[in-house]
Amino acid sequence: MNQAKLEKRAMLNQESFLSSKNDNIKSEWIKGRIFLLICIVSILFGILSLAALLIYVFWDALGWLNWQFITSTPSRFASKAGIFPMLMGSGFIIMLVALFSLPLGVGTAVYLEEYAPKNLFKKFIEINISNLAGVPSIVYGLLGLGLFVSFLDLTHGTILVGALTLTLRILPVVIVTSQEAIKAVPVSHRRASIGLGTTKWQMIRSVVLPESVPGIMTGMILALAVAMGETAPLIMIGAATSIFTAPRNIHSSFSSLPLQIFAWSDFPGEGFRHGVTPAAIVVLLVILMIMNGAAIYIRHRFSRDKN
Amino acid sequence: MGIAKNDIVLEIKNLNFYYGELQALININLEIKRNTITSIIGPSGCGKSTMLRCINRMNELIDDTRTEGEIFYDGRNIFDSDVDPVKLRRKIGMVFQQPNPFPKNIFDNVAYGPKMYGTRNRQKLREIVEISLKKAALWDEVKDRLLDKSLSLSGGQQQRLCIARTLAVEPDIILMDEPASSLDPIATMRIEQLLREVTDDYTIIIVTNNMQQASRISEYTAFINAKERRSGFLVEYGRTQDLFIKPQMKQTEDYISGRFG
Repeated sequence: MNQAKLEKRAMLNQESFLSSKNDNIKSEWIKGRIFLLICIVSILFGILSLAALLIYVFWDALGWLNWQFITSTPSRFASKAGIFPMLMGSGFIIMLVALFSLPLGVGTAVYLEEYAPKNLFKKFIEINISNLAGVPSIVYGLLGLGLFVSFLDLTHGTILVGALTLTLRILPVVIVTSQEAIKAVPVSHRRASIGLGTTKWQMIRSVVLPESVPGIMTGMILALAVAMGETAPLIMIGAATSIFTAPRNIHSSFSSLPLQIFAWSDFPGEGFRHGVTPAAIVVLLVILMIMNGAAIYIRHRFSRDKN
Repeated sequence: MGIAKNDIVLEIKNLNFYYGELQALININLEIKRNTITSIIGPSGCGKSTMLRCINRMNELIDDTRTEGEIFYDGRNIFDSDVDPVKLRRKIGMVFQQPNPFPKNIFDNVAYGPKMYGTRNRQKLREIVEISLKKAALWDEVKDRLLDKSLSLSGGQQQRLCIARTLAVEPDIILMDEPASSLDPIATMRIEQLLREVTDDYTIIIVTNNMQQASRISEYTAFINAKERRSGFLVEYGRTQDLFIKPQMKQTEDYISGRFG
């Protein structure tokens, strides 16, 4: 290559070298920007509508949400109405649901993960459990009505029937999340235990369960939050939409917060639609946020402990 | 029963092992002598670890496996129907390739086995933990922080903790599956040193990919090689010095001089 040629190439290089004039960088950059814009619009849609809901509800609830509202029974007059019996009903139900679904859900998950032979039957059961998690809640209401009221002859609309029905509703979720938590326990920890001469039950009790408790708790709380907000199945099993006395025992009739919200939203009168309904919604939202917050806290604590 | 060094503690006879269709071990015969360190060397995938896991019947936890042959431990065939594998594993402990302490504190890791065996007395547990950690040459480093999380220890410390955890249940035989392969040279030296110190009380069988390590620490060495399709067979077994200085088999010589593997 002679000197002139080299010089010419150097000249060319000065222009094109590292400039994006002649390739696709520019157009790809524009495409990237468009994609980013779509992402931002998507997230804004969610955030803005949620913000609108919250602002709207909180604004309406303002002035209505006070101690008297929390501690009073429902009333014909919006200004006197409260949610105390429903709050107690929801609390009672959730405690029972937790009591029922924890052993049933964790027991099922432990069996599936630790004991069940890995065959098609196990797969079949697992697929069905996952599908059950997606079945509309009204169907669980029908099941509860058929199973507990018609077949087992329990009184409709009681705490017990409500709790059993909601247990059915969240059990698939509890099972699946518990299974995930159990699966996340490293094989090496199981081997360490077995290698030290422990029985399978000892290994499950002292290694698998303690290590999966945070995951199980997180899933459990989130499932209970779902149960807390559930309305349709409770209507189906004949729970009252509004009630004046707090439940005393598992055979009491009850109503729950979402049911009362449903009832009030249909009442005539500004005080109900734009007063006590949003106030009750705020109470329900706050409870759900606390539950979700607890789940996040447990998960966070756990991941920090791991390191 | 007189217990003396160099008694045969473990006798592996015509051992065949299958993962489904694949035969991973072909007719292994081996006699392990009491209170010695025996190294198992061989190219990766030759079945060294598989053989180790036959000895405490850990392979049975893997689906679709089959074992043929006999392993006599103090004269008892460990595959006999009245042998409880849980009890067997209390006598034949295992240390794994990756340090695998439980996400519990240091004390609870070491006390795990004794607790599971039914020791409730705190004082007794404390003694066991201290003795075990001392044997594992970890005591001085952790005595002031026994309640710290095990995962706050370094890799080498974690592996010594796992050794202490195994020593705490006072096994006869300790199986070690490349216990130093994930550790740095200093941590490795520490572990080798501690192995030499505990060999008066334990029989140690150690799988290693490191031939210097085998020659440094073990009195006996077994060389396992693999046919194609990863089927391991025993090539040569003898005193470590003999095997490394004047191997009887061409394959052994090729392997230890680095011509393959």
